[in-house]
Amino acid sequence: MLFKPISQNFSDFVIDRENDRCINCEVCVRQCSYEAHYWDDARQCVSHDHTKCVGCHRCEAFCPTGCLTIKKNPADFRDNALWTPTYMKHVYKQGDTGGILLSGMGSPANKPIYWDNLQLDASQVTNPSIDPLREPMELTTYLGSKPDQVSFEETPEGPKLTTKIGPQLKLNYPLMFSAMSFGSINLNLHKAMAMAATELGIAYNTGEGGLHPDLYKYGNNTIVQVASGRFGVHKDYLNAGSAVEIKIGQGAKPGIGGHLPGEKIDEEVSKTRMCPVGSDAISPAPHHDIYSIEDLLQLIYAIKESTEYKVPVSVKIAAVHNAPAIASGIVRAGADIVVIDGFRGGTGAAPTMIRDNVGIPMELALASVDNRLRDEGIRNHASLVVAGGVRCSADAIKAIALGADAVYIGTAALVSVGCTLCGRCYTGKCPWGIATNEARLKKRQNPEVAAKRLANLVRAWGHEIQEMLGGMGLNSIESLRGNRDKLRGLGLNETELDILGVKHAGR
Amino acid sequence: MRRVYPNKDVCIGCHICEVACLTAHSASQDVVIAAKEEVASGLQPCKAVYDKGQISVALSCRHCDNPSCVSACISGALYKDQETGRTCYNEEQCVGCWSCLMACPYGAVRRNVTKGKIIKCDLCEGRDIPACVEACPNNALVYESR
Repeated sequence: MLFKPISQNFSDFVIDRENDRCINCEVCVRQCSYEAHYWDDARQCVSHDHTKCVGCHRCEAFCPTGCLTIKKNPADFRDNALWTPTYMKHVYKQGDTGGILLSGMGSPANKPIYWDNLQLDASQVTNPSIDPLREPMELTTYLGSKPDQVSFEETPEGPKLTTKIGPQLKLNYPLMFSAMSFGSINLNLHKAMAMAATELGIAYNTGEGGLHPDLYKYGNNTIVQVASGRFGVHKDYLNAGSAVEIKIGQGAKPGIGGHLPGEKIDEEVSKTRMCPVGSDAISPAPHHDIYSIEDLLQLIYAIKESTEYKVPVSVKIAAVHNAPAIASGIVRAGADIVVIDGFRGGTGAAPTMIRDNVGIPMELALASVDNRLRDEGIRNHASLVVAGGVRCSADAIKAIALGADAVYIGTAALVSVGCTLCGRCYTGKCPWGIATNEARLKKRQNPEVAAKRLANLVRAWGHEIQEMLGGMGLNSIESLRGNRDKLRGLGLNETELDILGVKHAGR
Repeated sequence: MRRVYPNKDVCIGCHICEVACLTAHSASQDVVIAAKEEVASGLQPCKAVYDKGQISVALSCRHCDNPSCVSACISGALYKDQETGRTCYNEEQCVGCWSCLMACPYGAVRRNVTKGKIIKCDLCEGRDIPACVEACPNNALVYESR
């Protein structure tokens, strides 16, 4: 306690224990995987060490008497508009370690959130709104390439479609669970996502860590991912899912690869990833066989060949400055789905500087990619999916109005099973049993309970989307796709409005 | 009959069931008073969580169909209620011989040293669902017929 580096003395949180109510039951001691709570032998009572608290609130949630409150440390540094405590603590930490600063979860930086500056429309008088409880309201979404035109032939039973339509991924809701690899999160949650996606008729993404053999049975609702490390990729894996996604970039860390620390690689992860137990699993920054759109085309078609053109192939990129041109290349390379991951997207581990300073907001990237693909007349060749920072059904519906076909939810899904965004995923000690493979900790996620909560979340958002669609007088999510006339900007400048392709409120 | 079944695969070893059990069997029905004051006068939970390595499991009376504890009881304090199927315990009759402790194959009967008598699960008489099952944060305890 006495001799500590300064970085540890300026703790982020303080633990407030109401001693009158503390019954020394040690529930907090057992729940805290960072050992902030401990049994004090000298005093014969439960005690705590503020400096170890990461602010996950697990103890607070579990304390049977409600005697714990985790508070922000009130100790203030002298006010300084430039040198805020965040930057000072970064410097202290680096003075100690000499290393790159690591962070978990999406960027908390105070940068524009365009969802909050967009308002939806509603019907009044002249175009009646629709009550989704009384009338059909279609949310079914098909992801995949759509033909330029369709042809029919007359048959005695009526007209019959003669155009052959490429493989489609059918979703009962325009929502999917984002790519979170087995390894970064544990098998219990992968199983929960698979169960929930199957129950809901949507899809979850395996992330880059392969697919555990126990989960092959959920293949119809699984998107299998191929990333630069090619962990767990083999023919059966590619054919196990209902879509294949090539991950080029991730919104939280555009331009760099991934690093799953060896501590998180246990027997099961090792078998699934096809890498040794305890060794770091490092995904390189680029795919070493992709240095051009032509190379990407080769990988897309190699995957299409090995899956016999039965499933759509998706390509995921981070939202960066030239996203529209890149997306155009991706569509021309034969991708059936393009995924844009915005700079607020989550991660299990990313260098803090990259997470908080690289990439652009998904809202702007989405609008400009959708525009570009329309201008080039290739928008129908691929579906557009967005990820990164969708917090509620209103964010999701605004994304769809801006031009997205479907939305990936990752952070929201984790929050629904307990995540409190403490951002220490990279330690592998997640007290909520999410970003950990430690046997004792991962049990904290009961797959049955988690699957139910995930399914509840998507159903709730589905109801809300239906209500909002009905309010706009629309009875199908298809009628809203790219319908930016249903959006108005609030407090946005001309350039922002121009990029988003929306009018200012009042116009 | 419905019994409390633990599931070691999802038991996280938080011991909240013990606290719930203690409170449910307290006079005050208040967790703080129960733990701080009533424990001193002999209040004890009827169940205990056992942890070893990565496994935790909450043990309490199994209410066996042919309970060894009832056969072993020398005073008639333990008996089988034919109507409900529960293994019941009459504290007044208990003489603290600990025969049942040795007979129970689950180690589910515990000593109450303060009172010199035993203590065991009564499936929370008067409650629809036992307190431990209600309090378990991870559905590791279920109350059902099997």
